[in-house]
Amino acid sequence: MIRRTWIALVSFVLLGATAFAQPPQSPDGFVPLSSLPPGEELPAARFVIGAYAFFLVLMLFYLWTIWNRLSKVEKDMQELARRQGGAAR
Amino acid sequence: MKKLFVPVLAITALMFAYSPIAIAGAPYESTMKLVQKIFYYHFPAWMALTVSVTVCTVASALYLFRGSARADRIAAAAAEVTVVFGLFGLVSGSLWGRKAWGVWWQWDARLTMAFLLELIFFGYILVRKYGGPGSEKLAAAMGIFGGATAPFVYKSVDWWRTVHPKTTVMSTLGQTSPEMWYVVWFCTVTIWLFMGLLLAARIRLEEQRAALDQLYLAAEE
Repeated sequence: MIRRTWIALVSFVLLGATAFAQPPQSPDGFVPLSSLPPGEELPAARFVIGAYAFFLVLMLFYLWTIWNRLSKVEKDMQELARRQGGAAR
Repeated sequence: MKKLFVPVLAITALMFAYSPIAIAGAPYESTMKLVQKIFYYHFPAWMALTVSVTVCTVASALYLFRGSARADRIAAAAAEVTVVFGLFGLVSGSLWGRKAWGVWWQWDARLTMAFLLELIFFGYILVRKYGGPGSEKLAAAMGIFGGATAPFVYKSVDWWRTVHPKTTVMSTLGQTSPEMWYVVWFCTVTIWLFMGLLLAARIRLEEQRAALDQLYLAAEE
């Protein structure tokens, strides 16, 4: 009997608490996106600049590798021609 | 070819110099706004890749079935150019996606297939470099396989559900925004010309290497 009364009392308190509960209040309300400080937004400019800068760096690097490899091959050709010339003499 | 190199270089340089002005003057896309401007080099890079993949595939087939050594050199040059433009396409797409989709990468059909295409041509280069004698033929087969994959990459956005825009974006751009259409094709022609110059320079490197090998062989004899 005491147990049933105790369960009923607890249930009443819990249900009452739920029924009268108020939704939690946001401390300052929602902050509109336009008022966020610039540092917290995701700026598009850095992605656009990043993409074009990457293109420039990648192509310059690739051109440099072609030029470097071509110079090496041509140097080897000259070296070989010089050695062959020396051997012929 | 040599006579054309300098005039094409001059035209390409002028077009590259004008492209930022054209891109800045193009209208903003309504939902993506500024970040959509990546499109003006992103799409042309994939178009350049399409051409270099085609060159590599045709040249690989010519080498494999007709034994043309010159075709093999062209295929090797085109594969490397493909990797360079593919790398730019993937990185620029990732930067665009970070802002537009909120993620750097998405394992959807288009992105995954584009990544695999890049890996195939990267594999082509590795096979040629480290595959030892006879690796040219294996690489040529990889070049043909890569070429066969390319149409699937292109159509993947129409066949499967992806986050990437469909091919209709380009086919309808002329009607929806003629200004954007003009700028993107201006940039595409610029990058095609630049790709042609890179390819010519890279073929020259392969030819010089072949000439050096011949000289070494002649010296040994």
